[in-house]
Amino acid sequence: MKERIPFAGAAVLSLVLAATGCGGGDATSAGGDPTARGAIDVWFSNNAQEVAWGRQVVEKWNATHPDEKVTAQQIPASQTSEAVISASIIAGNTPCLIYNTSPAAVPNFQAQGGLVPLDDFADGTSYVTARSGELGAQYRSPDGKIYQLPWKSNPVMLFYNKTAFAKAGLSTTAPPLATYTDFLATSQKLVSSGAARYAIFPSPSSQFFQSWFDFYPMYVAESGQQLVVDTKATFDSDAGRAVAGLWRQLYAQNLAGKEAYTGDAFADGTAAMASVGPWAVTAYQDKVDWGVTGVPTRAGSAENQSTFSDAKNVALYTACTNRGTAWDFLKFSTSSEQDGELLAMTGQMPLRQDLVREYPAYFAANPQYRVFAVKAAHVVDVPNTPASVEVWQTFRDSWSNSVIFGKEDPDKALAVAAAKINDLVIR
Amino acid sequence: MTSVAPDAKPATTQPIGLLLSAPYAVYVAAVFAYPLGMAVWISFHDYIFTAPGVSVSRPFVGFDNYTTALADPAVRQSFVNILIFLVINVPLTVVLSLLLAAALNAAIPFRTFFRVSFYVPYVTASVAVVGVWLFLFSSDGLVNQVLGDLAPDPSWLINERWAMPSIALFVTWKQLGFFILLYLAALQNVPRELYESAAVDGASRWRSFRAVTIPGVRPATTLVTLLAIITGANLFTEPYLLTNGGGPSGRSASPVLLMYQRGIEQQHPDVAAAIGVLLVAGVLLLAGLQRLVERRQG
Repeated sequence: MKERIPFAGAAVLSLVLAATGCGGGDATSAGGDPTARGAIDVWFSNNAQEVAWGRQVVEKWNATHPDEKVTAQQIPASQTSEAVISASIIAGNTPCLIYNTSPAAVPNFQAQGGLVPLDDFADGTSYVTARSGELGAQYRSPDGKIYQLPWKSNPVMLFYNKTAFAKAGLSTTAPPLATYTDFLATSQKLVSSGAARYAIFPSPSSQFFQSWFDFYPMYVAESGQQLVVDTKATFDSDAGRAVAGLWRQLYAQNLAGKEAYTGDAFADGTAAMASVGPWAVTAYQDKVDWGVTGVPTRAGSAENQSTFSDAKNVALYTACTNRGTAWDFLKFSTSSEQDGELLAMTGQMPLRQDLVREYPAYFAANPQYRVFAVKAAHVVDVPNTPASVEVWQTFRDSWSNSVIFGKEDPDKALAVAAAKINDLVIR
Repeated sequence: MTSVAPDAKPATTQPIGLLLSAPYAVYVAAVFAYPLGMAVWISFHDYIFTAPGVSVSRPFVGFDNYTTALADPAVRQSFVNILIFLVINVPLTVVLSLLLAAALNAAIPFRTFFRVSFYVPYVTASVAVVGVWLFLFSSDGLVNQVLGDLAPDPSWLINERWAMPSIALFVTWKQLGFFILLYLAALQNVPRELYESAAVDGASRWRSFRAVTIPGVRPATTLVTLLAIITGANLFTEPYLLTNGGGPSGRSASPVLLMYQRGIEQQHPDVAAAIGVLLVAGVLLLAGLQRLVERRQG
């Protein structure tokens, strides 16, 4: 009976909210045998290139492991993949591995008892450390354990439309975008010249993760810090206020769009710039004549300045019974060879040290990705903190109210949001 | 003529009746009554969803979750928002669907075409038709181009005053087809003789509509009002898509949207359940008031 309570609870919310339904599943204890072997299931994201990568890695594994067959599928559709994974944890029917686990959702999944600490495996800590080095340290949970294997990042940079810049009389090879002053002046010129309806158009939606594509890359570049460090919000600072001030001006002057937009504003020329990761290279290659540069800072962008990682990691879920196979498959699929395949097939950066030196042939053949590989050594991710999603939602609500719609002084709003977040993190 | 034996069992205890109604009763118990009871139970406990087999203490907390929900300005605002929505949506739905149903019930040219046209938005996913509304009501949309200087600033969907009415209008238009269908069915049952008598008495079309049609479709009006209240209170997709998840500044957020945020995204199903129970209570109250008014009207 006890095990049915969470499922019933999930069912009521699923019904009332029309959220993703939960399937039944065998009750699984949080503990499990890390050496058990047999068939396993895995989920990949629905990005076409990633699906192709996933298919080939599964085929290679299955060809040599007939008794430990891996079955792969895309993450079922839902409002967000985090919602469907959460529902699946509650139902007890998660696959063994999910290759699209958002670091921001890890604290929630952990609190639900849905994740297997990778330290449970004899070589868990050493493997994770060896593959990711210093970059992996930020993914360790507050309890000291490792619940996610750092997998790939999408260092957020600034794409600009060369055609729009040329129309506005701006340089297309060295556009003035390094400082806030330059960025604002360039934005004004782009709009006033009619080169684009908006200078930039990140989604103004109030979903908790949207700040990862407007505020956070610039904040990370400005401060080099995560949103929360040592249970304290960091953004009620000169750096945070400067970023908020810049965006407030962009919105107040209608240089950034405030409304919902159904298409891709950068792809269709509505916006002249976009803050995006290397996935955008293939997405825009036939649509926009683009250039790329770092996000601006007050002092001017530099090659070694940080940016938001926008990483997706791999986690092993507690519903998995054949954990020995899952761990081996996880290592196989994140080997140097498979990371290379991931890079080649998707253009997304494996979260590993010194990518340029490890995959020289790829970057020689694809020089447009080199700038992202260099940046991938300086990525900062979301903080691994309790109530992570609530923290981001608190920030987003405050940002939306003050910066996007100007209903409150941004400096004051940041201070109030920081106080609320401090309370959430230590609660 | 068949006679009923004096010792015959009442219909309610007939086994065949029980047998036929049992599947639906089980369905209602399993997917409605039990989850509803669980939602109420969750709302009085400190509750999080966990994986099966994970042991977590879930102590009784009394009205704490309700206090938390009601102390949250965003939740309070969402209830005000939904009230604004219902005040616009429900009367508009009843009036428009009745008028249009009466028109589509008459012998007009292209009647089938019009019936289908009104029904298509209802069967089309909100996600698909939202694009049409954005095309009409965005800053540089068709409506603002027609209105010129009369257009609100900021524009409809990012204007604190207009965001919720815009959504109410959208939902009214989208669901109209279904309610027209209900009224069309009801209109078929209004006896033709009553219209003929009214005509003989010299009643105008409007008089005939007021004296015959409106009383004739009263049960349908009750149903339409009730369904409009219930579906309106469950508003989720439209603010999620049209106004960026309840913007501007939460002025179009609905209680169900916040339930999704709190319960699914932020892992506070206890607070989400409390919001849900408050919403159900509110809907029941509105439905009760509506019934009361109807009874007084005879």
